[in-house]
Amino acid sequence: MAIELKVNGNTHSVDVPADKPLLWVLREDVGLTGTKFGCGIAQCGACTVHIDGLPARACIMPISAVGAREVTTVEGVASPAALAIRQAWRELDVVQCGYCQSGQMMSATALLESNPQPTDDDIDAAMRGNLCRCATYTRIRGAIHRAAESLEG
Amino acid sequence: MLGKITPHHLPRPAMDRRRFIQVIGLSGAGFMVGCGRQNDEAAPAASGGAETVPVTAEPVVASEFGPFVRIGTDNRVTVMIKHLDKGQGVTTGLPTIVAEELDADWAQMDFEFAPADASRYNNLFFGPYQGTGGSTSIANSWTQLREAAAAARAMLIEAAAARWQVPAGEIAVSRGRLSHGDRSASFGELAAAAADIAPPAEPVLKDPADFTLIGTRLPRLDSPGKTDGSEIFTIDVTRPGMLTAVVAHPPKFGAAVAGFDAAAALDVPGVTDVVQIARGVAVVADSFWAAKKGRDALTVTWDESGAVDYDSEQLYREFAERLATDPGLVARSDGDVGAALEAADQVIRREYRVPFLAHATMEPMDCVVELSGDGCEIWTGAQLQTVDQYTAAAITGLAPEQVTINTCFAGGSFGRRATPDSDYIAEAVMIAKAIDGRAPVKLIWTREDDMRAGFYRPMSAHVLEAALDADGKPVAWRHQTAVQSILAGTPFEGMVQDGIDGASVEGSRGLPYSIPNVEVRVNTIELGVPVLWWRSVGHTQNGFVTEAFIDELAALGGQDPYTLRRELLADHPRHLAVLDLAAEKAGWGEDPGPGRGRGIAVHESFGSFVAEVVDVSVAEDGAFSVDRVVCAVDCGIAINPDVIKAQMEGGIGYALSAALREEVTLASGAVAEGNFDSYRPLRIDEMPAIEVHIVASGEAPTGVGEPGTPPLAPALVAALADATGKWVYRMPIGDQLRGETG
Repeated sequence: MAIELKVNGNTHSVDVPADKPLLWVLREDVGLTGTKFGCGIAQCGACTVHIDGLPARACIMPISAVGAREVTTVEGVASPAALAIRQAWRELDVVQCGYCQSGQMMSATALLESNPQPTDDDIDAAMRGNLCRCATYTRIRGAIHRAAESLEG
Repeated sequence: MLGKITPHHLPRPAMDRRRFIQVIGLSGAGFMVGCGRQNDEAAPAASGGAETVPVTAEPVVASEFGPFVRIGTDNRVTVMIKHLDKGQGVTTGLPTIVAEELDADWAQMDFEFAPADASRYNNLFFGPYQGTGGSTSIANSWTQLREAAAAARAMLIEAAAARWQVPAGEIAVSRGRLSHGDRSASFGELAAAAADIAPPAEPVLKDPADFTLIGTRLPRLDSPGKTDGSEIFTIDVTRPGMLTAVVAHPPKFGAAVAGFDAAAALDVPGVTDVVQIARGVAVVADSFWAAKKGRDALTVTWDESGAVDYDSEQLYREFAERLATDPGLVARSDGDVGAALEAADQVIRREYRVPFLAHATMEPMDCVVELSGDGCEIWTGAQLQTVDQYTAAAITGLAPEQVTINTCFAGGSFGRRATPDSDYIAEAVMIAKAIDGRAPVKLIWTREDDMRAGFYRPMSAHVLEAALDADGKPVAWRHQTAVQSILAGTPFEGMVQDGIDGASVEGSRGLPYSIPNVEVRVNTIELGVPVLWWRSVGHTQNGFVTEAFIDELAALGGQDPYTLRRELLADHPRHLAVLDLAAEKAGWGEDPGPGRGRGIAVHESFGSFVAEVVDVSVAEDGAFSVDRVVCAVDCGIAINPDVIKAQMEGGIGYALSAALREEVTLASGAVAEGNFDSYRPLRIDEMPAIEVHIVASGEAPTGVGEPGTPPLAPALVAALADATGKWVYRMPIGDQLRGETG
């Protein structure tokens, strides 16, 4: 089916099967590979994007279900919270292999946008859908707190 | 990984005097080489589309100073990385060594993954192989890169001395600039002239007391690209006309394709080919989604006559039977354990069971292959480049030199990508060949493929016996293990010595405790289940059982587990130092409080020493949380303390994940778990607070990727026993502390 997909402020015309997941449309048809494939069943969070500002798992979202909504990926996310998250991720050197981190940062950004001063419990609730096999979790937690502090100041 | 390959130091490759100049790009623009991205933080990011990046037309010319160091007219210093970076940070650690000896500015450092070329880039601990594993990247590169950088520094000084007509000894080098009096020049200005100068025969290395970068916190060079979506992993590689392949693998190990019906798969729009390869049936399409739907529609008939049909529980029974009836091979024998056990008043015997585990990297196995008439170009997170090169050559009929490998950042490995048969890389090459090389092919394993198509940490069973004397001190120790060999049947089989695979007994044969009678035996089990090194290899099982057992012996003998270890390690100062540091920082000896427990363990692996103290809280129903881990590590000279801390944190989290509930279960020869809903790794809410303390050391640096892993499980089991009085003998811990299910 022919679709006008809004990604990072641009509109892309793609012709793909209606059941093709947003993840693979982004990666294969739009050419944005920062959003990663990890499990295909919304268990790991590596494919997290924002749809109309809310976090969503692109690996199980059929392209036909996206409609006219705005999709934001790690390449295009640029809100103050997103920039604070990216900065904190770099200051704390959160990444190891880095493969899950696009999804981690998208989940963390969405958290800060809805909750500027999250507690550890808030972080657990918002981030427990994102797996990291390098177990960078303590730094993820620290970076979210640091980003929250920088937004406050 | 490959930890027991006999060190075989090849002669240092002579530095090529021939001046190598390449135009490598245009100033002001970041550029890509293979998958390896340059650190382009200094340049504006080219991504984003709308913004025009100003590009000056001046070409950047780079001069090579041997195989590892390249300096451009843009004043960038590029370090060729001969190892895979799968998160452990070698693309930061190796440039740190070069920057130190070169007296470069950290802000001018770049990296690039080296090509597959064992003549220049072999792992000095692996002999003639280029590869990464056994936590050897820093250790084997340490002297090699120091000498390479010291030579380049001397050549830059000579070039400056000639240009300025001053004695070389009067020239100072600091933060990327050479100076004499009021004259100064950057590396980039002198690089071309310097590369023409003969390298010194014996480069003079710095006194470690003069290090200014090593031992400091330098930001990771791979952080920028991994935090804006721009880093290119294998799965992100795109080639013109590329097709994507998904493979239907045998449902059981040892099954083979009997036949297949491709009609329904070929009916899926986008599917171009369905081809049989040695390892299954591949569906090739213009996209991943089409290939996956094609595989879903494919009908394959499997010949299971040669397949295994095990259940994990049955295997444990067979392992136990083997341990009871077959004395196995002796890997170590001190004193007379039989007599000592016979004579002892108190003999303690325990059996431990440790399961198959998946590596479960976040990036599933994947590989891109492009064939041409006289070449095979590969993009992948290659961990054993030389093996992969020869495997691809054998499949294609090309010479190994005709196989080019672009090593990409890997989304995790933990040992998985160092496969002696290059399994998934071989699949991708076979598929490209099967479609006559008419298009580049990207092979992507789904998560289920990754979980079920092989390579696991071997399962093992252990019997531990010990005798205590009247004072509660162990006087005899016997450890017998039943486990599959990782090396048997691989190109590395020659490393099996006297029938014993070193990986089976690493961490048990080297028991450091002063016990007069020690015997270590191994029964090698042949199963036909593909097994592989998994973050710290044999130490994952043997570190657990030996440390858990010594802890229980301490409890049974009325000893404090820390004090007993101290007494038995009196001749092992590096073990003692980490043990003491972890105990001190954790407040060992203080009561952790009601409902809480504390445990300790120490283990040496890959030349590094790590002690961990684990604190747990246990509820009345047996549910528990791990609250804190205090870790002390001695890895020799600490190149980048923050990367070391990150590796300890990661090794602890990886080990905790396995200890809590990871298990690959065989049911009638098939792997029961398929995805992260059934194989459930650690999540953020289960991650304890972690403190890492580094022992100051002047010893040559050793590895940090793996050594943080082994002490966690035994310290955790000891902490749970401290809180509950119950010992866990089987991994994972799961619900064993919860009532009747225990």
